[in-house]
Amino acid sequence: MISTHLSSLKDIKLHEYCVRFLFGGLCSVVAGLMAKQFGPAVGGLFLAFPAIFPAGASLLESHERRKMAKAGLDGTKQGRAAASADSAGASIGSIGLIAFAAILWRALPAHNACAVIVLGTVMWLIVSFVVWYARKSRWLRARKIPS
Amino acid sequence: MGEIIARFLIGGIVVSCFALLGEVFRPKSFAGLFGAAPSIALATLGLTIAKHGHVYAAVEARSMIFGAIAFFVYACACSFILMRYRPHALTTTISLMPIWFGISFGLLYLFP
Repeated sequence: MISTHLSSLKDIKLHEYCVRFLFGGLCSVVAGLMAKQFGPAVGGLFLAFPAIFPAGASLLESHERRKMAKAGLDGTKQGRAAASADSAGASIGSIGLIAFAAILWRALPAHNACAVIVLGTVMWLIVSFVVWYARKSRWLRARKIPS
Repeated sequence: MGEIIARFLIGGIVVSCFALLGEVFRPKSFAGLFGAAPSIALATLGLTIAKHGHVYAAVEARSMIFGAIAFFVYACACSFILMRYRPHALTTTISLMPIWFGISFGLLYLFP
């Protein structure tokens, strides 16, 4: 069900790598500056800012369009459907992000920071995967039910 | 200045790594999980803890919960609009950004 396509990395252009690096770097700096200026409560909000999400969705859309254009087809609809699926995935990932933040909030003051961050990351992955799998299975079951 | 450069470089590298993971995996809905990875938090929390301590980072993490709830609503809205009306992805994701700001700051105002 889940597969890896390493060949898709070859389709990414240099400027697309640069856009992601730039957005990621800028957002990390902004989060730090916000915390410095307005305190950790406001700065913390920006740790969950959808920094590269717009750029990612847009690049995904253009990849799909390019792929369809190679086959001589108009891939506008497919591109936007792919961006929609990506957004649905991000909404599930953000549930994992809530779990990550909750673990850090409760455990950081009393435990080893490195261990807490590793635990939080693992929990992000587990929660995101479980919710994604549950949603996918329900969708598959719904497709098998005869109308 | 040194801290800003360190944040920029570490943030850029960590976010790019998660973005690449999102490119490699299929189906698209699974790859989308990496769009909401804790990349900025992972990039900056180490520096924050080293400079300000555990309690300061825990306060940031509490607010991060509000940011993540806002991200959830924002991403659901993006998915719905893109699926229902098929507008341009960049236009949609940027024009819906006020949802994230409204919900995250609203929650912080309600639960200070």
